[in-house]
Amino acid sequence: MKEHDGFMKALKCRECGREYPLTATHVCEFDFGPLEVVYDYDRIKKSLTRAAIQSRPQTMWRYRELLPVVNDPTVGLQAGFTPLVKADRLAKKLGIRELWIKNDTVNYPTLSFKDRVVSVALSRARELGFDTVACASTGNLANSVAANAASAGMKSYVFIPSDLEQGKIVNSLIYGAHVISIKGHYDEVNRLCAEIAGKFNWAFVNVNMRPYYAEGSKSMAYEIVEQLGWRLPQHTVVPMASGSLLTKIQKGYQEFVKLGLVAESEAAIHGAQATGCSPISVAQKAGLDFFRPVKPDTIAKSLAIGTPADGFYALKAMKETNGAADDITDDEIRDAIKLLAETEGIFAETAGGVTVGVARKLIDSGKIPRDDSAVLCVTGNGLKTLDAVAGHVGKPCEIKPSLREFEALLAHEEKVNA
Amino acid sequence: MPKKVRIPTPLRKLTNNEELVEVNAATIGEAIIELQTRFPGIQERLVDEKGEVRRFVNVYVNEEDIRFLKNKQTPLKDGDEISIIPAIAGG
Repeated sequence: MKEHDGFMKALKCRECGREYPLTATHVCEFDFGPLEVVYDYDRIKKSLTRAAIQSRPQTMWRYRELLPVVNDPTVGLQAGFTPLVKADRLAKKLGIRELWIKNDTVNYPTLSFKDRVVSVALSRARELGFDTVACASTGNLANSVAANAASAGMKSYVFIPSDLEQGKIVNSLIYGAHVISIKGHYDEVNRLCAEIAGKFNWAFVNVNMRPYYAEGSKSMAYEIVEQLGWRLPQHTVVPMASGSLLTKIQKGYQEFVKLGLVAESEAAIHGAQATGCSPISVAQKAGLDFFRPVKPDTIAKSLAIGTPADGFYALKAMKETNGAADDITDDEIRDAIKLLAETEGIFAETAGGVTVGVARKLIDSGKIPRDDSAVLCVTGNGLKTLDAVAGHVGKPCEIKPSLREFEALLAHEEKVNA
Repeated sequence: MPKKVRIPTPLRKLTNNEELVEVNAATIGEAIIELQTRFPGIQERLVDEKGEVRRFVNVYVNEEDIRFLKNKQTPLKDGDEISIIPAIAGG
């Protein structure tokens, strides 16, 4: 263990176990398996106690020993520690005893869980000496890379599918990022970026920086455990695009158990997809440990990954934790977005609708028992995907600035509602 | 006219750093065998013990994933471009 590696030991292939030095590299040279950070848990155990955590600022960096940077982080210092909202009104509607929303719609600075992974990726990229960062993105990641790069004074290139929501495009351009719009779906953007990353010496957050980047997602699990009063939730429902978040939630729970920060208990992790792009949920429901790639067609564009890189591991994580998966249609997604907004005052993007709608299905089918407690991971803000619900939420009532007109309007509404 | 294969960074050590190599094979499966005869060791990187393309290896013919075509039986015609790309995470 070298002092300058911090609490990290090496990168290790998840497939064959071969180890690699802690550089900007993401796949095993032997079998292309994804590389993952290995930590020195004995050392971490000595410094990461509940008391230490609670004495630190309320950001995701309060768990910094478990995040893959050597020195103190330099980018995204305010990310994370979003509210865990007790959702009693939604619980009643869904028919479950206890329900919580992990509300990453208000993550800092770009209103999605991607602020977690990007703050780690960019802090690590700086440590490794990069001045240019890049990503392939379905939108939220691009927003976060653009904003965090701007605040760190780094150059950024973000690559997105050309059919993205306007809100997500503007939300990248505003920060001065180079936004490259690709005529194709995300899997094609991804393939191109893999090729570009091989040519240019940039920190591609989800290509050569992926082992570090992906670890940032674990902070959502740590926060859930701490905010629940140091216990594991019986059920966690997680949206799946590449499947990475779901696997990292499992890893986060396991690490806290291993470090003695939380008692071990049954913690099922369930996956949510949109029917228009459901390779992982289809495989899970069929009892398979592999998936068939699909061509996405759904309003949940942030989840529209037809060839999910962590699909195998997401299936494994659900199996190991007795979790289930399901998927819902675009209409069900819109209904679920409205339900969450009307019951809890939280406006989620399409992926949040997917999570809430699938949770409803899992509760109705008994896969999440009604007497249990569940946490729903709501990962992005509805203001970024207005296109998805505009036209489905009614219109404002327009009147002249006249009291008489207003009274007439009220009388009419009462008549309609009577 | 032969077919072009774009070699990804992790495999270039085997191809003497060549980024683009040409093959004459008629299918993806044959192309892998042809690559193996020229660059010994490359086959086991691409396919598993059962002879299937490894699950983290994505192979594309003219930008289309071979899993949407005929996998290893996908036919190749002159001028086709084959890319071998590791799966990458989302966003």
